[in-house]
Amino acid sequence: MAEERRQKQCSVILPTESMKAMAESVGVGQLQEESCVAISEEVSYRIKEIAQDALKFMHHGKRRKLTTSDIDNALKLKNVEPLYGFQSQEFIPFRFASGGGRELHFYEEREVDLSDIINTPLPRVPLDVSLKAHWLSIEGVQPAIPENPPPAPKEQQKAESTEPLKVAKPGQEEEAAIQGKSQGATAADGKGKEKGLIRLKPRSTHELSVEQQLYYKEITEACVGSCEAKRAEALQSIATDPGLYQMLPRFSTFISEGVRVNVVQNNLALLIYLMRMVKALMDNPTLYLEKYLHELIPAVVTCIVSKQLCLRPDVDNHWALRDFAARLMAQSCKTFSTTTNNIQSRITKTFTKSWLDDKTQWTTRYGCIAGLAELGPDVIKTLILPRLTVEGARIKAVMEGPVVSNIDKIGADHVQSLLLKHCASVIAKIRPQPDNVEQYRTDYGYLGPMLCSHVMKARTQAALQAQQVNRTTLTITQPRPTLSVSQSGLSGSTGPRTPSIIKVPSSLTLMSPRPGTPSQPSPPATKYIVMATSAGTATTQQVITLSSSQSASPVTSTVPSATSTLQPLVKLESGSGPGLTGSRPLQKYIVVSLPSSASSSLEILPCLVQLKTQGLFGLNVKG
Amino acid sequence: FRAVPDDGGLVDADEDKDIKTEASNDSWGNNNANDGRLLSPSPGSSASAGSNKSAAGASEEQQTLLAVLQFLRKNKLTESVEILRREAGLPEDSLEPKGADSLLSRVTASSTAGAQAPTKVAAGEDQPDVNVVLSAYSQQGDPALYEVYYSGLKRFIESVLDCHRAELSQVFYPLFVHMYLELVYNNHESEAKAFFEKFSGDQECYYEDDLRVLSSLTKKEHMRGNETLLDFRTSKFVLRISRDSYQLLKRHLQERQNNQIWNIIQEHLYIDIFDGMPRSKSQIDAMSGSLAGEAKREANKAKVYYGLLKEPEIELPLDDEDEEAENEEGKPKKKKPKKDSLGSKSKKQDPNAPSQNRIPLPELKDSDKLDKIMYMKEATKRIRLGPDNLPSICFYSFLNAYQGLTAVDFTDDSSLIAGGFADSTVRVWSVTPKKLRKVKSAADLNLIDKESDDVLERIMDEKTASESKILCGHSGPVYGISFSPDRNYLLSSSEDGTVRLWSLQTFTCLVGYKGHNYPVWDTQFSPHGYYFVSGGHDRVARLWATDHYQPLRMFSGHLADVTCTRFHPNSNYVATGSSDRTIRLWDVLNGNCVRIFTGHKGPIHALAFSPNGKFLASGATDGRVLLWDIGHGLMVGELKGHTDTIYSLRFSRDGEILASGSMDNTVRLWDATKAFDDLETDDFTAATGHIHLQDNSQELLLGTYMTKSTPVIHLHFTRRNLLLAAGAYNP
Repeated sequence: MAEERRQKQCSVILPTESMKAMAESVGVGQLQEESCVAISEEVSYRIKEIAQDALKFMHHGKRRKLTTSDIDNALKLKNVEPLYGFQSQEFIPFRFASGGGRELHFYEEREVDLSDIINTPLPRVPLDVSLKAHWLSIEGVQPAIPENPPPAPKEQQKAESTEPLKVAKPGQEEEAAIQGKSQGATAADGKGKEKGLIRLKPRSTHELSVEQQLYYKEITEACVGSCEAKRAEALQSIATDPGLYQMLPRFSTFISEGVRVNVVQNNLALLIYLMRMVKALMDNPTLYLEKYLHELIPAVVTCIVSKQLCLRPDVDNHWALRDFAARLMAQSCKTFSTTTNNIQSRITKTFTKSWLDDKTQWTTRYGCIAGLAELGPDVIKTLILPRLTVEGARIKAVMEGPVVSNIDKIGADHVQSLLLKHCASVIAKIRPQPDNVEQYRTDYGYLGPMLCSHVMKARTQAALQAQQVNRTTLTITQPRPTLSVSQSGLSGSTGPRTPSIIKVPSSLTLMSPRPGTPSQPSPPATKYIVMATSAGTATTQQVITLSSSQSASPVTSTVPSATSTLQPLVKLESGSGPGLTGSRPLQKYIVVSLPSSASSSLEILPCLVQLKTQGLFGLNVKG
Repeated sequence: FRAVPDDGGLVDADEDKDIKTEASNDSWGNNNANDGRLLSPSPGSSASAGSNKSAAGASEEQQTLLAVLQFLRKNKLTESVEILRREAGLPEDSLEPKGADSLLSRVTASSTAGAQAPTKVAAGEDQPDVNVVLSAYSQQGDPALYEVYYSGLKRFIESVLDCHRAELSQVFYPLFVHMYLELVYNNHESEAKAFFEKFSGDQECYYEDDLRVLSSLTKKEHMRGNETLLDFRTSKFVLRISRDSYQLLKRHLQERQNNQIWNIIQEHLYIDIFDGMPRSKSQIDAMSGSLAGEAKREANKAKVYYGLLKEPEIELPLDDEDEEAENEEGKPKKKKPKKDSLGSKSKKQDPNAPSQNRIPLPELKDSDKLDKIMYMKEATKRIRLGPDNLPSICFYSFLNAYQGLTAVDFTDDSSLIAGGFADSTVRVWSVTPKKLRKVKSAADLNLIDKESDDVLERIMDEKTASESKILCGHSGPVYGISFSPDRNYLLSSSEDGTVRLWSLQTFTCLVGYKGHNYPVWDTQFSPHGYYFVSGGHDRVARLWATDHYQPLRMFSGHLADVTCTRFHPNSNYVATGSSDRTIRLWDVLNGNCVRIFTGHKGPIHALAFSPNGKFLASGATDGRVLLWDIGHGLMVGELKGHTDTIYSLRFSRDGEILASGSMDNTVRLWDATKAFDDLETDDFTAATGHIHLQDNSQELLLGTYMTKSTPVIHLHFTRRNLLLAAGAYNP
């Protein structure tokens, strides 16, 4: 292989066409083919030479990345004038275009509107170099602090939990043992056993340091305590701190025990807090939860399908908790389901089984459907759609039949809107137009007509969005009333928050056209992300600056610029009017509406926004 | 600057040295001339010299002379023909005078060709008549046969006994390179390319970098000015081969009449023949890898005084103060250092130590003595390190270092940190609560009462107190940085070719030392101050004294950039690491190279002497740390584990632990005591220089500490054996 590579090295030479093109550009036409070859060989050689020298500068600059300044320095070594104007650290600003048989390299120079530049606030000045000390090791032991890398990297955690044999490295032994057994020789059998014994992992004690114990105590107290600000901070810590690996077993037990106790006591608030902890743990990029799913999944499923989650089921919004937990479930299915553990199919079976049971209560029914629906359009298509007629009949019985109990009625109502919400978008995709109410009634029974209208709404929404995608401008000519309402509400209440944590003020309920029923989705296909950013650009620059400005944890994963990763369809900036913002002119809200096909992690948002209205959830938007 | 009492001698002595280096620089040109004398009519550069020599050559064989004449006439170089004819006393032929100048250039050109590759004078294939004659000198000139020769040798070596095979295989690489260069030089491009493609894969993987350079070189014109090639031509590639193996090779080549290869071996290789057992493959691999083969055995025979200098006698009247400062425990502690210091003093001069005044060293000032006392006090509180007692590591991260952190240094007492940056600045931080202050301006200084006790305090300007200071002055990235032992000065070396000396009293630049002209990769103060060493892209390491604007010594010999420089603890020697993958040890007294260590497979970026002066550790881009016994001139250990360039090495204060920091974002700790104990006693190894390296890196590795995407650029043990590390956070 090395040989092949070398041969390649040997033969890399610039194409002669380039030489011709360059010659033409300086006014030398009709260059002989031979001269072209000679020149290109010479040029290739010189370029390689310069690159080698530049590498030297890279090494001495203690970098892994070659920069344009290295090339400049290498040129200087050869007494060649450096190339001025290539100061870009990250990329070479060439673009390539071809067409009509012509090929062209050019500098991409965008037209910039001067007023844009004048109006944008100045970017933050990069911070000066500073020195910060931390303990990399204390008497040979590396402390688990944010400044140090996580003790066990996520890949390792994953490998440990999914392929324990590979980690212990006895893969071949295993085979040998099996072979020995198949031979039937007792001696070999004994050997195999011995090996099995040897392979038993010594029981590892999980000792937590005093600091870790203290941390655990603080965090768990804050998570279930009464102070919302503290909770937000604690959850933020769980979601970002790299040193939690050691404490993971504790957290998982805490959550599962907590759910068990609080379900019995019907303590809705605490259940929500615990689910938020699960979410934070799953968000932590350094943790791999596979080993603890046996505790976490039952807890989550409990929160989805439990008959009763709160003391007053007619008033309390336990539906939101079920939705939220269902999303968590879907997320863990997506992340951890493998062919060996079959999480997704096992979960699906559980949900379906209790849904099909006639005696199931409306609350559990709702949870099952939500759990299934969150698993994706395929599950909806194969499992939910066929049962729409049956379910419709059941709902009809409650709604139009004799009043049995108010609770049943509410339950049926919720199940109905849930079904409508999830099925409409799926049907819109699989069912050909036109949407005929009668046709729908025959296909889906009682829910048919309502489904029909929802599907039509979904279709128009999709069409509208398709149009918007084509539009390049970022301004919106005719803001919908909902948005304008939310805008004023937002700018009025910029709380004292760090930019990375979002506060969605209560006035945001107005976003939904029918404030009374939060679970009723507004236009079903549109979703809103509300982001708060500090003024200026949320670019990598900010990542760096944040790292030092937040002295507590210099390497927090900061607000990534959502504007760069997402394609914003509508962007609405609440102008920092002097009258509205007062002392915090830097806070800026961007409302982005996304097509319904946006990634699943974003789908959580509307739900959270609704929950937020009840003052239960703080949320943390990560790109 | 403080004056050095007796440095006149040193400065004078170096004039000779300068001349010497020049001579050696020139010598390659002369060699060429000599090599070429057989082959070409005028190897010299001037017309008269050329014809003289050609005449001399012609007298050897008349036929050749005739051929040359024919050649000259054909090229209408009548004057030369005439001169040649006259001098050789040959009968006159018909002549037509024309363009003598072009003749000159022509002949000179071909003569250099001969110098490079004697057998190749067949260069002028476009002159068929001459060709016949010239080919008499190089029957093997046929480029097509190169592959045959090479593969013939390859077959032979593959067929010899196992014990000889490894040794003889060493011949492959230099032969391959020289044959390829000859082909390229003589414009056999396609043959050269085919040759390269066919055999480059056989070469040892650690030559890959050089092969890459080689592969890009496909034209004769490229060879001009290519440093790698110059190195290859000027220096003989050194191989160590046992007598038996050598005889085998010789016999084979003679039998086969394989003069082509034999010539190359004679001309370009230096075969260091030893008696005894042939070496094994692993032994050879351990030592090979440098640009010019292994070191000759003689090169490492010189006596090196690696012992430490006697500590100066310091009465400890100040101990009374210490006692007060150190509560009840003061007494036992105080006794210890006295014992230690007395122990070292009372000991008769270490037989391996240089005499105290071998190199004139600056006299200790009062402040130095105070510092020594502080040092001893701290030393008593030093933690005894070992495999069971690892040091704590404190990591200093440079945040927001967009400019690129390129160099770091700590003062010996760990009170200051300096960082060199790619934006040409040098920044100094105080890591103690004591802030950095400038001395007051001259006008203000006049107002101070000079008699007062706290005059040293009074001269400082409180208004300037800050935690860090920026030193601006360089015009390119700062690659090397070093504090003076007394913490009054700071040295920085930069891409702009200068080394600058900064005052840490006024935070201004005092001197710019010019001489390197090319980027200066590293610089370091002598442990005794006053002297410093610098090394750079010009392949020369220079020794300077702070009060001389010209270097005192030039250490030249490396075949590529000098990448790092380090002073021996006794200040009598300087170690330099280079891109040619060798480490050289230089005697400061006479500028001689006293040790050449080969074995690294990549440019060397870190060096460290053990505190007792006996050993040297080196780290390179190949991610390995090699340990060397200076006295015996031997490799004594190899520490494998890092996966990227090692930029920093440091022994603990007592030498038990070696810490290494690397680009792979780790700090690793190694058991140095064990590494040196295991191998020290082998007499046979010492005598022959053939080492058996155990692969015990895993046992010696005591700890690996990952940083969070922060390459480790510098390491430093405090006087109490706390390990400080530094690097730029690089998200």
